[in-house]
Amino acid sequence: MKRVGVFVCWCGSNIGGVVDVARLAAEAGKFPYVVHSVDYKYTCSEPGQKMIVDAIKEHRLDRVVIAACSPRLHEQTFRKTIARAGLNPYLLEIANIREHCSWVHSKEPEKATEKAIDLVRRAVAKVVNLEPLSESSIPITKRALVIGGGIAGIQTALDIADAGHKVVLLEKEPTIGGKMVMLDKTFPTMDCSACISTPKMVAVAEHPNIELLTCCEVVEVSGYIGNFTVKVKQKARFVDHTKCTGCGTCWEKCPKKVPSEFNLNLSLRKAIYIPFPQAVPNKPSIDAENCRYLTEQKCGVCQKVCPVGAIDYEQKDENLEIEVGAIVMATGYELFDWAKAYGEYGYGKYPDVITGLQFERMVNASGPTGGKIIRPSDGKEPKNVVFVKCVGSRDEAKGKAYCSRACCMYTAKHAHQVIEKIADAQAFVFYIDVRTPGKGYEEFYKRTTDEGAQYIRGRVSKILTSGDRLLVKGADTLMGRQVEVEADLVVLATAMIPAKTAQDTARLVGFSVDGDGFYQEAHPKLRPVETNTAGIFLAGTCQGPKDIPDTVAQASAAAVKVCVLFSRREMAADPMVAQVNQSICHGCLACQKVCPYKAIEAKTISERLGGQVIERTVAHVNSGLCQGCGSCTVACRSGAVNLKGFSDEQLLAEVDAICL
Amino acid sequence: MRYAYYPGCCDHTSAKEYDISTRAVCKALGIELMEIPDWSCCGSTPGHSTSHLLGIALSARNLALVEEMGLDCTASCAACYQRLAMANVEMKNDTQLCEKINHITGKPYRGGVKVKSILEVIAEMNQSQILAKVVKSLKNLKIAVYYGCLMVRPRDIQIDDPENPTIMDNLLQNLGAQTLEWNYKTECCGAALAMSNEDIVLKLANKILADAKSAGANCIVTACPLCHFNLDMRQKKVNKAYETDYNLPVFYFTQLVGLALGIKPEALCLRDHFIDTKHILKLIV
Ligand SMILES: Cc1cc2nc3c(=O)[nH]c(=O)nc-3n(C[C@H](O)[C@H](O)[C@H](O)COP(=O)(O)OP(=O)(O)OC[C@H]3O[C@@H](n4cnc5c(N)ncnc54)[C@H](O)[C@@H]3O)c2cc1C
Ligand code: SF4
Ligand code: SF4
Repeated sequence: MKRVGVFVCWCGSNIGGVVDVARLAAEAGKFPYVVHSVDYKYTCSEPGQKMIVDAIKEHRLDRVVIAACSPRLHEQTFRKTIARAGLNPYLLEIANIREHCSWVHSKEPEKATEKAIDLVRRAVAKVVNLEPLSESSIPITKRALVIGGGIAGIQTALDIADAGHKVVLLEKEPTIGGKMVMLDKTFPTMDCSACISTPKMVAVAEHPNIELLTCCEVVEVSGYIGNFTVKVKQKARFVDHTKCTGCGTCWEKCPKKVPSEFNLNLSLRKAIYIPFPQAVPNKPSIDAENCRYLTEQKCGVCQKVCPVGAIDYEQKDENLEIEVGAIVMATGYELFDWAKAYGEYGYGKYPDVITGLQFERMVNASGPTGGKIIRPSDGKEPKNVVFVKCVGSRDEAKGKAYCSRACCMYTAKHAHQVIEKIADAQAFVFYIDVRTPGKGYEEFYKRTTDEGAQYIRGRVSKILTSGDRLLVKGADTLMGRQVEVEADLVVLATAMIPAKTAQDTARLVGFSVDGDGFYQEAHPKLRPVETNTAGIFLAGTCQGPKDIPDTVAQASAAAVKVCVLFSRREMAADPMVAQVNQSICHGCLACQKVCPYKAIEAKTISERLGGQVIERTVAHVNSGLCQGCGSCTVACRSGAVNLKGFSDEQLLAEVDAICL
Repeated sequence: MRYAYYPGCCDHTSAKEYDISTRAVCKALGIELMEIPDWSCCGSTPGHSTSHLLGIALSARNLALVEEMGLDCTASCAACYQRLAMANVEMKNDTQLCEKINHITGKPYRGGVKVKSILEVIAEMNQSQILAKVVKSLKNLKIAVYYGCLMVRPRDIQIDDPENPTIMDNLLQNLGAQTLEWNYKTECCGAALAMSNEDIVLKLANKILADAKSAGANCIVTACPLCHFNLDMRQKKVNKAYETDYNLPVFYFTQLVGLALGIKPEALCLRDHFIDTKHILKLIV
């Protein structure tokens, strides 16, 4: 005979102020199998828990119902409590009489009490049908994969590696560094961006725990937390990096010049190249689309001049397979293609309208102009520079609804740089709002205005040409007037958008993106670096627009999450997973199609039938992948799949208790 | 091709040249224009700025007349086109409004009409069909093609890119003309303020003329009587007010198409402009 104990919680006045808890406890005492029923002010408190433990022992309870708040809050607490008393922790049922009852029916205490009684009756009916469950454990591969080698990926990789774990850092470009190495100075401290990021890049390359894979892309991810298998395509570089010394002879002699991506087409590079002098790895790759040998079988200069014979035109793409326990996404951002959307700014046809990132390359001492700010059209030094913020941000009609968060600050930085570098220059900034939340940020902005940058509140409506200058027309919404500014150079602060392939990568890895295509965190406040897929973490701008301080902070947080996972030898797996009754499964695999976590596999079993051994296919649940969502149990026509803790009998007992 | 034709009040008065040249060109191209019998004001500037309902009701009545004709509708004036097209969109999208308006006009419109500007009608024709009839080249013309603000806006009735429309440029280029890259293609000429605040009109017209001139234009082409009025008739006033010396003939695009098709200048009213067109007409060979 089962012996159930019911504990009704007041939750102070949260429940007790509405539901008649004494009556509830008395009624519950009359339900079948209930041998003990009490109410208590704060059941989750230390004395409350002790009361439960004592009652289990005293009344030889073998099942417990707690009528209290949401199981989301305290299910784990109470499981631990009854385990302390020697019960299986899964012989517990919670009736949520707070969120589902007292809070929503506070004006009708009578009816709320009736409902609470029903909820407890339901819980009792279920608890007597529960089976003890035990947690299994899964091994953890203590090696992490970080996808994307911007500052986010670099920081995560270094932190995990410093904690003593192996890391694979995977980057699609020939070098790591992302956007940060393209920047000149960084707000608000104005330290040189490359000076603080390139040492970290070198640290990655030299770290004994980090394996760096550049020119690589992820093609397939399978497995689950602690045990992922990742297939990677290593694209041919046509240079044998084991032989190459990075001497530079090849790129010096290569005759083919193409626009440099790193300098945003403001300068040229060769067909065999390193993106910039401090690139990591500091060895070249051949750009197959532009190499004369690879496209027309002519040239071959680099092979001739290479002193160590590192050039290999026959190199092919390679497939690698790596086993990891956790994956950190750090694929970063791209910039909104304003030229497609903003006709009023000339659709990209005026050479002297540039983007903020191009401006960064231009003010950079090692950039295409050696740090001189010039007009791309004629190379002259601009005197009037107009900055336009929110180009594609906060613009639902043409761009994105969200704020890109870094541009207010980098525009202030750019305006400051113009004033600092060009004698008698004027900087005008068109803005909607100035947003400077961050340590030292407002002070930085104020310094820029004190230096003379003129901030005009209003959107730019049109950019026209006026002789060899530009005419920027806009509104000054503080003065309530139209304004026109003659400009030599216009710099647009374009919106941050997710990397082009971000959505595909998310699909491969098995988690989702938000409405704007940024990676979706598990909870915006409480689980900002986790995703809804266990073992996949987020770092940096792939999750949403951010500046470097926020990116780095989140990157370190992601690293900690990985280290927490790796701190255990094995991981306890939630036992409330699906289970297939193989004797009645006929192998249609309808469950496989509906499982969102790819947890169901086909399995061949052999069994004896009429003296013969036959083989047949049945469904099998990978308990490491199963998240207990229950989709499969609904899809199964023969009723062969059951979710442990939510079996058909258990659910039907609940329905009967409420409805009959 | 047959269309119900809405000339509008300008076309019958101050912009006769547009009406006459439109009819002449359409005839030459085989487009049959049936003037809408008993048409009334379209509700442009004064109408719709007084009352939204009035603006729509005026156009809705005309649309109902067109519906009775069983044809699609075309208007030459850009403002008329815009009003008719907007009323059409609003009547189709808002059944409540539609009922109300039909009650006001007493002439139910069921929304079966398509509204096109005459520019669209001609530009959408098979261009080789037009070319086959061309006898003169516009190759010596350097044209600042002026769309003004009503042709391609708002979005609901957009027929071309609102920031950089090219529909009229393409048509004229096909006839051999050089059309220029310039800034003021779609800037407002101030037509709505013509009566109430001429200073603003002069200022805006000056900017348009200045930019056309600095882009190297020897003439301007429009598809709107109000733009034409502001740029042609007011050019002398602008010259006086801003001490400029513009002498830029302003044509309706139909006049230039007509010339290319070999229609006599008189038949296109080319002698009726305020800025003399003679020196440009000489360039057409
Ligand atoms: C003009 C401008 C100026 C700025 N100035 C400042 C400043 O002064 N101070 C500041 O704090 N912030 C500044 N920022 C913001 C700063 O650039 C970002 O916060 C920072 O670079 C974000 O780093 P990240 O690693 O998240 O992304 P990224 O730098 O974009 O790095 C992402 C990396 O992932 C790689 N990748 C993408 N997809 C894949 C894939 N599928 N597989 C493999 N690799 C992939 C990319 O190639 C790239 O290397 C500025 C931004 C702009 C646009
Ligand atoms: S073979 Fe290709 S990469 Fe090498 S030098 Fe010639 S063009 Fe450059
Ligand atoms: S950070 Fe500033 S400029 Fe950038 S989108 Fe937000 S408000 Fe606009």
